[in-house]
Amino acid sequence: MLALLLRDLRLATRAGGGFGLSLAFFLIVTVLVPFGVGPEGGTLARIAPGILWVGALLSCLLSLDRIFALDREDGSLDLLATAPIPLEGVVAVKAAAHWLTTGLPLTLAAPVLGVLLNLPEAAFSWLTLSLMLGTPALSMIGSFGAALTVGLKRGGLLLSLLVLPLYIPTLIFGAEAAKRGAEGLAAGTPLLMLAGITLGAVAILPFAAAAAIRVNLR
Amino acid sequence: MLLTVADLAVARGGIALLEGVAFALAPGQALILRGPNGIGKTTLLRVIAGLQPALRGRVELPPEGAAYAGHADGLKATLTVAENLAFWARIYGQRDTAPAIAAMDLGALADRPAQNLSAGQKRRLGLARLLVTGRRLWLLDEPTVSLDAASVAMFAASVRAHLAAGGAALMATHIDLGLAEAATLDLARFRAKRSAPGRGDGFEDPFDGAFA
Repeated sequence: MLALLLRDLRLATRAGGGFGLSLAFFLIVTVLVPFGVGPEGGTLARIAPGILWVGALLSCLLSLDRIFALDREDGSLDLLATAPIPLEGVVAVKAAAHWLTTGLPLTLAAPVLGVLLNLPEAAFSWLTLSLMLGTPALSMIGSFGAALTVGLKRGGLLLSLLVLPLYIPTLIFGAEAAKRGAEGLAAGTPLLMLAGITLGAVAILPFAAAAAIRVNLR
Repeated sequence: MLLTVADLAVARGGIALLEGVAFALAPGQALILRGPNGIGKTTLLRVIAGLQPALRGRVELPPEGAAYAGHADGLKATLTVAENLAFWARIYGQRDTAPAIAAMDLGALADRPAQNLSAGQKRRLGLARLLVTGRRLWLLDEPTVSLDAASVAMFAASVRAHLAAGGAALMATHIDLGLAEAATLDLARFRAKRSAPGRGDGFEDPFDGAFA
């Protein structure tokens, strides 16, 4: 299991591994928004938590199809399915590797990019906390979607359509928590809901994704 | 017995390919599957490996007994030969990759990324992976594709060593490996009878009807 995690992290950071792709996309979105919306500080501050959350979600979506498709193409997935580690474990480890190379860098970059959007000072910690709690759910739900579409050639479009509706609750509670934090309101409830979504996804979806992969390998 | 197959029927894409397949493999035995393209050699191997359900019949092998090697080698282009092999060794709980590197003559290539290897060298690395699994039954699908004569001999030698150590091998191949001890199973006689509409020979099997 640890070997698989280390391999995925190593692959992501080597040339062509797609490590920087999500981060670069996130940067582009947050840099472009002030140009589109206008430099008026009050407007930007009001929409900043939502923009940062939407940007993080779309960046995450961008790298999902790599999770299983590459392993399927080179035959590794067949070999992992016959290996002595359970397929549920493979899914969980690959989702964890995706989070470490996508969700975690996005979480760490968000406060820095928040400066560009005139994010209120009070919101920084809440934004980081909500992303920290919410991005694991994005990786896990995304892995499930990737497992469903792993047999399809160029299944990226279907993957996005399948995963986007499942991402909406995470987005609502995540952005709400950051927004309430920015306005100085109590953000405990949306954060708890967010943590609930993440824990539920981590508990259930490895099994669903492993079942989907078994069907797709036939 | 390392592998017992009884009355096995397999299908690909909803069409029955083989039926009534039965054989057994004891330690030290090798069996070569033969038959024309499309007869179902790959499907049979995938069913035995547990990647695909059987239509009917029974496959008995000890839990975690088989190592499967398909058409694709499962190599990561940006990892080196040694890293690729070490990864699979750790997945199978093994530590030592040196014997596998030596057996497939990969020593000089150990630090090259897999993307720089030739097709035959990749294949040798794919076969070296079998040696680090520590599994007793090898399921090999066309193991000699893109290998030159010397590499085929090297592969035959490692199969022979595997058999001598109490392992067994089931392989689908079209070429002669020079394995005198290997038995051959011609799959043509297990071909599923398809009731093509209007065949006109009066033979209709209700089982085939379900897949027509």
